[in-house]
Amino acid sequence: MKNKSLVSIDDYTKEEYLEILRVASEFEKNPVQNILEGRVVATLFFEPSTRTRLSFESAVNRLGGRVIGFTDSSSSSVSKGESLKDTILTVSNYSDLIVMRHPLEGSARYASEVATVPVINAGDGANQHPTQCLLDLYSIQKTQGTLENLKISLVGDLKYGRTVHSLLMAMSHFNPTFNFISPEELKLPDEYKLFLESKGIAYDEYSELAENIKDSDIIYMTRVQRERFADPLEYEKVKNVYILKNKMLEGTKDNLRVLHPLPRVNEISTDVDTSHKAYYFPQALNGVFTRQAIMSKILGLR
Amino acid sequence: MKEDKKLIVSAIQNGTVIDHIPAHNLFNVISILGLDKITENQVTFGTNFKSDRLGRKAIIKVSGIYFKDSDINKIALVAPHAKLNIIKDYEVVEKNEVMVPEEIIGIAKCMNPKCITNHEAITTRFDVMDKNGNISLKCRYCQKITDQAHLEIIR
Ligand SMILES: [Zn+2]
Repeated sequence: MKNKSLVSIDDYTKEEYLEILRVASEFEKNPVQNILEGRVVATLFFEPSTRTRLSFESAVNRLGGRVIGFTDSSSSSVSKGESLKDTILTVSNYSDLIVMRHPLEGSARYASEVATVPVINAGDGANQHPTQCLLDLYSIQKTQGTLENLKISLVGDLKYGRTVHSLLMAMSHFNPTFNFISPEELKLPDEYKLFLESKGIAYDEYSELAENIKDSDIIYMTRVQRERFADPLEYEKVKNVYILKNKMLEGTKDNLRVLHPLPRVNEISTDVDTSHKAYYFPQALNGVFTRQAIMSKILGLR
Repeated sequence: MKEDKKLIVSAIQNGTVIDHIPAHNLFNVISILGLDKITENQVTFGTNFKSDRLGRKAIIKVSGIYFKDSDINKIALVAPHAKLNIIKDYEVVEKNEVMVPEEIIGIAKCMNPKCITNHEAITTRFDVMDKNGNISLKCRYCQKITDQAHLEIIR
């Protein structure tokens, strides 16, 4: 993994996922170490994403590294019309590793080809967000004790939700069974169903939430975003259908955990927060350990 | 059939005849092969010939050029059924078909308006997906698929 950019979840093998998860669990036990001392990590956020940026910066700071960068493109030379290529080449001179968020799809792949240091994709438009996927895997493994043979319900926007697509691809190595629960307009695209069928992975599709989560080990909730609907009426119709309420968790498995990439709007009712099955805030903390593991593997320090 | 024969035989002493090009893609083929940029060799073409298979087809004759497979296969994007006749001394000495390549570099535009390749000076790269003779292109950058209906050739 040393010097290998992380642009898409399928850049890494199953063995490499497991190695990152193993190292992440070491950082969880011992999150403050000085292994990044003297190293500079550039965080280039061409669009704002406070949550993701803070998670990366916290990870670097706790390992004794330094962060340079910008938090949105209006405060950088990009607003003066500099090309992505020039920005990346320049920042390559000043840093050991680039973490990049960009609104255009494929921008991280391109940056990884241009850069002279490794690049970690922290989200390129609707395309990929692989560190989110790895922290999801870490959270699943930690709460279930394994990644193998789990029943996973994915809920909400399954059409555009990049976290859902990445999680599905990554989990396909571990013999899961999927429930896909979404409005008709936001069903999982056929290409992913064909992929699952080619790997012999069983799945069911539902439009109703409460009845179909009883045998799940993981419920992965996503936001249904207004911008996804051409017709505002269609959004109004479905926006309140996929709200998880504490009452719905009655009769579910004891080991069930509810995950969400955050930020949530209203798709998980706040009365779920007190349930021992709610796991979305610890999930976010796991993001710091997972990013510590990814960065130290790529820099060859673990 | 007669029309074909006459065109091929009377055309060139040495070179390549490309037949069975869909008429509406003639200029895309010319562009992909760079025939609009060459300055020495004679190039002639005819279009809107009747074809049972294609409706209307076009033919290009290029004097003095034998294409490399890797170059000619690029036209599979727009002329997957094209046939090549290699001419030496007015005789057809070899007949070839176009093979669909595994990857396409340059030539086509990604149909995703949010793809980085449509915002910076980047050479496009695609993996070719061939489903029952229907060619589509998967962008190496944004991973979106550009199908035949949305295929746009960079000129
Ligand atoms: Zn693209």
